[in-house]
Amino acid sequence: MANKTPQIPSIAELMDKIKSGKIFSDIAKEITESQLWTSSFRHGYADTPRNRVLQIASNVWLHLHPVKMHRHALRIKFTWCMGGITFLLFLSTVVTGVILMFYYRPVGEYAYYDLKYLQYDVPFGMLMRNMHRWAAHAMVITVWLHMFRVFLTGSYKPPREFNWVIGVFLVTFTLLLSFTGYLLPWDQLAMWAVTVGTNMARATPFLGNEGPFAEFVGVTPRYDARSLLIGGSLVGPPALLRFYVLHCIFIPLIAGALMIVHFWRIRKDGGISGPL
Amino acid sequence: MAEAATPKKKIEEVPEKLHVWPYLVRLEFLCALVVIIALTVWSIVIDAPLEEAANPTKTPNPSKAPWYFLGLQDILVYFDPWFAGVVAPVLIIVGLMLIPYLDVNPKGNGYYTYHERKVAIWVYCFGFLVLWIALIIMGVFLRGPGWNLFMPWQYWDPHKVVALVSVDLPYAFGFRDYTWSAIFGGTVLLAYFGIGTGAYFFLERKALKSVGFLRMFIKIQLALIMMGIVIKIVLRIGFNIKYIMVTPWISV
Repeated sequence: MANKTPQIPSIAELMDKIKSGKIFSDIAKEITESQLWTSSFRHGYADTPRNRVLQIASNVWLHLHPVKMHRHALRIKFTWCMGGITFLLFLSTVVTGVILMFYYRPVGEYAYYDLKYLQYDVPFGMLMRNMHRWAAHAMVITVWLHMFRVFLTGSYKPPREFNWVIGVFLVTFTLLLSFTGYLLPWDQLAMWAVTVGTNMARATPFLGNEGPFAEFVGVTPRYDARSLLIGGSLVGPPALLRFYVLHCIFIPLIAGALMIVHFWRIRKDGGISGPL
Repeated sequence: MAEAATPKKKIEEVPEKLHVWPYLVRLEFLCALVVIIALTVWSIVIDAPLEEAANPTKTPNPSKAPWYFLGLQDILVYFDPWFAGVVAPVLIIVGLMLIPYLDVNPKGNGYYTYHERKVAIWVYCFGFLVLWIALIIMGVFLRGPGWNLFMPWQYWDPHKVVALVSVDLPYAFGFRDYTWSAIFGGTVLLAYFGIGTGAYFFLERKALKSVGFLRMFIKIQLALIMMGIVIKIVLRIGFNIKYIMVTPWISV
């Protein structure tokens, strides 16, 4: 290594290497021992117990997993895969949602026509919109099924009570994410579904103008729980902007933070539940 | 552990713990692949709905909330909005969060069992499958104009006339005076919760020491509210009863 001068190999030597196939292992060796390679890949790919461990432990995305797990936790009959699918669908909505954000303006005059543009003129715009919407609907279903499975297996029992509570928050935020997104197409379906939904807020006891005991608080149609939510006394452009911000920034951030806690707690509570 | 008795069964030779790489990661990968392909194919085949532009002067009939809230919208038939739209959802969320703290049965932790926790399974399945899922299905497919019930083969007639013949419970019992009606209705409600709670505590008096008063109290209140929703639906459909208790401020 110290004073190794590079040598030009003779043609005969080279032909020998090519004929014997040694040249390939030489090239492979040259690459895998380079600084570039060793800085990127910390371990070999040979199927050894050590590499199996390192594959999980030295990868930022995979280290969410434990290195080893109980055999029963692999069974789809036990987990239904629903938690993982919910997370995957959430990621799909994030990716497609960010793409949609490039073409969509949450303004009363533009929103609906941006959707028309997206559907008819943007390459793959319709597909992106479809994937976003169907993934969101599917996510609502899978998160319910995940919760159902967790209940049926009694997995909320000690020591996992806290994670169940986080999970209930996540179910709620899934519904809120879907509900706030429902308004954004700004069509009849969106406007009236959200009108029906947000009308409930004005029946809030004490805080809604049509709710019980509202007369003791002094709320009005323009100043109550509902107007706080939709920025006015009916679902109009201010509601569109509010729901857009809630849908794209506020709720995803909170839900994302809770997801981190949810996944971390699974590990801290001893991995996914199973018979003791 | 100490005495090694002769094993009756041959212990399985497969290790109890497996490497996550490859056993779990390959499963996750395959599962993700299937879901993404299904989502893509579904999205190519079926377009997301887009109706005409939003128009605040044109109310569609029926106006429906997003499908996942239609269970709540359906109990609006039986309850005022303050309950169906605000208190009921809050109770559902809080009640779900309380489950691990109310259910102190140590059995059935981490495996499927019906026999070791019959009541818990029944309550959850009833709440989820009947009060949530079945009402959603009904709301999506069977509720037509005016939120009237239509069978799948029936035409959604916007001019369908439905006689509003429901009366309040105190009226059905002959009360015509507002004050006495309110007192009667309030008594019925108090009696329902009082007798329900009392009966539960009497029947489960042996569990009081191990489960605790507060836990049992919250548990039975939530159960009574859940049953109360069913009772009110039955009273409305079967006996045309609108409210149990009517006051100028709040009616149930």
